[in-house]
Order: sequence, then structure tokens, then C-alpha cells
Amino acid sequence: MLPPFQEFLDTHAPLVHRFLAASVPPHEVDDCFQETFIAALRSYPTLRNDSNLRSWVLTIASRKAIDGHRQRKRVDVTAQPIEDRPAPEEPEKDPELWAAVRELPPKQRAAVVLRYVNDLPFREIGRILDCSEAAARQSSKAGLDRLREVWR
Amino acid sequence: MIDKLERALKGGMATAREITDAKYALARRAELEKLIDVAYSEVDSPLGPLMAAATPKGLALLHYGEDDEALQQLADKISPRVLHAPARLDEVRKELDEYFDGKRKRFDFRIDWRLMAPFQQKVLKATYRIPFGKVATYRDVATKAGAPKGSRAAGNALGANPIPIVVPCHRVVRTGGGLGGYTGGLHRKEFLLELEGVTLGPR
Repeated sequence: MLPPFQEFLDTHAPLVHRFLAASVPPHEVDDCFQETFIAALRSYPTLRNDSNLRSWVLTIASRKAIDGHRQRKRVDVTAQPIEDRPAPEEPEKDPELWAAVRELPPKQRAAVVLRYVNDLPFREIGRILDCSEAAARQSSKAGLDRLREVWR
Repeated sequence: MIDKLERALKGGMATAREITDAKYALARRAELEKLIDVAYSEVDSPLGPLMAAATPKGLALLHYGEDDEALQQLADKISPRVLHAPARLDEVRKELDEYFDGKRKRFDFRIDWRLMAPFQQKVLKATYRIPFGKVATYRDVATKAGAPKGSRAAGNALGANPIPIVVPCHRVVRTGGGLGGYTGGLHRKEFLLELEGVTLGPR
């Protein structure tokens, strides 16, 4: 039995928002958030039960974050000027750290954010990223090691 | 072995922004993309808070109080794509306000009858035609629904009316002038009849 979508949204919106805020540039967070939950709303009625809704929506969010990343790269290649980006409301406390997080390869970045920002267990991170628990742990470790090199 | 880096990552960025706006924007976009099967909104009324829910076909539910159980029922019986999207209920809220202000005698928005069983639908459609300020008996609506001896069944159908006030089950009373029952509480039935200028008494 599925909860009303609003309940699903209220339950998981903060987690998804935190995940995206740490994964994509500030001006893309809201877009990725919309894309994630619109995609979830689209396929919501086809879900058979309410188990693992959290993993399900984070899988969608991690894909949207990667999609955005690919699009950014294309934009960079064609060197389009990006104008009028809204500034974040408050300055980030640790801008270098989050810039470094966003520079990680997508899978490492997702694993680090899910583990340390969202505080999820590796078993669930594996399910979200469609890999084994061990692989999730490995990606997270590789990402963390890389951050240690650039952040101090 | 939590170190400084792990602590800095914990909880995300300091700029975790308010997500309420993001949720409203989502509801607007979902409505544009026709992805909301059931939109709901709270409605203030002199009878206390109400919850109104509409499908693209019309108003399907008007509920006394605001509880999650009603939303779960909508999810189970219509579709789990239930979203807080007040814009779809703007017309309903406006007309209800006018009704409670004594400025409106009938509702013009559309109704989705799907939450009612077939016999209940007949009873409630007959009820829907009772004009403002008038009353009918349980036997009257049973007869109009094709079951002249079904007063009791009609009473049950009215008691489970998913759209009270709008489908005016408060206008159905006992033969002889007794008030009868009301699922929302008899004080509400009295309030609504008084609002419409109805005085009951032995006839």
C-alpha cells in the first residue's frame, strides 16, 4: 500500500535536498530537485509496495545529479556563457570542500555524500547506486581519500 | 574514527535552503504536466477546518477535519498521486466562502462522484437536487433513487456522503420534521439548516 505522494514527498524531500545540495552546483539544486520528484511522481503508481521508497528516490536523485553533470560538461565544451545565476542565499561555510566534492567522479561523489552527508549505511548505498555493499564502501573510501588530498 | 573531514561533511552544506518553496514549485509543475490525480487543500469554514480534494473531473471529497487517514483513502481508492496543490481548489474555496457568507445558493464547480457506490450515487444525486433552503425526507430521496422502501439504506448512503455541504445531505430530515442524523455531528446540520433559513417542526 503506497502512501499518498505528498506524504512520500514530505518524508524524503529534506534528504533528497541535502543530497543534491552537496552533489551539484548551488544554482542547479532546485532544478535537480524538481526533476527528481517529477520523475518519481510519474512512475509512482507503478510501484508495487512501499518498501525502499527512500532508496528508490535517491536512485533517481543520483541519476539526475549525474545527468546534470554531463550537461554541464557539454556546456563547458561549447564555452557558453552562463548568466544571471541566482546567488546562494548564504555563503557556504566550507566552499572549497563542497567544490572538491562536486569535482569527484560521479559514483565516488554519490557514495561520499550518501554516506557522510545523508548518513546512510553502505548496504543501502549499494542498493541506491546499483552495486554491491563492498563496491559502495570502496567508492566512498576512494572519494574520501581524494578529498583528503585537496582539502585540509 | 570520525576525523575532521568526515565531520565537515556531516549534515551537508550550511546553506541547506528552505525546501518549502521547492515543494510549491513542484506542485505547480506537476499540475502543468497533468501528473496530479488528486489535488487537495485545506479550507477554512465556520464549521471548522475542512479538507477538499479534487480529481481533474471535479470535487471528490470534502472532509470535516484534517487527517491523514482521508488522504490514505484517496490514495487507495483513486490513485497514490495525491498532492497538496491548493490552486486546483481555488474555485471550490471561493464558492464555499460565498455560501457561508450567505451569498451563494448553489455550487457551480463540477463533482467527481467516483467515491460513491452505485446506490449511494443515486441517493446523493437525488440529494444534490434539493434546493437551498428546502428539505426532503429520507423516504423522498430513497424514492428518487428508485427504492421507495429503502429509507434506511438511503440514510446509510447519506451518512457516508464523501462530499457533505456541497451534496447537501443536511437537507434530508425525518418524515414529521425530526432532524435525523448527521455524520459530521448534529450541531453542524443545525448550523447549515439555520444558515439556509430552514426551521423544522412537526408538520
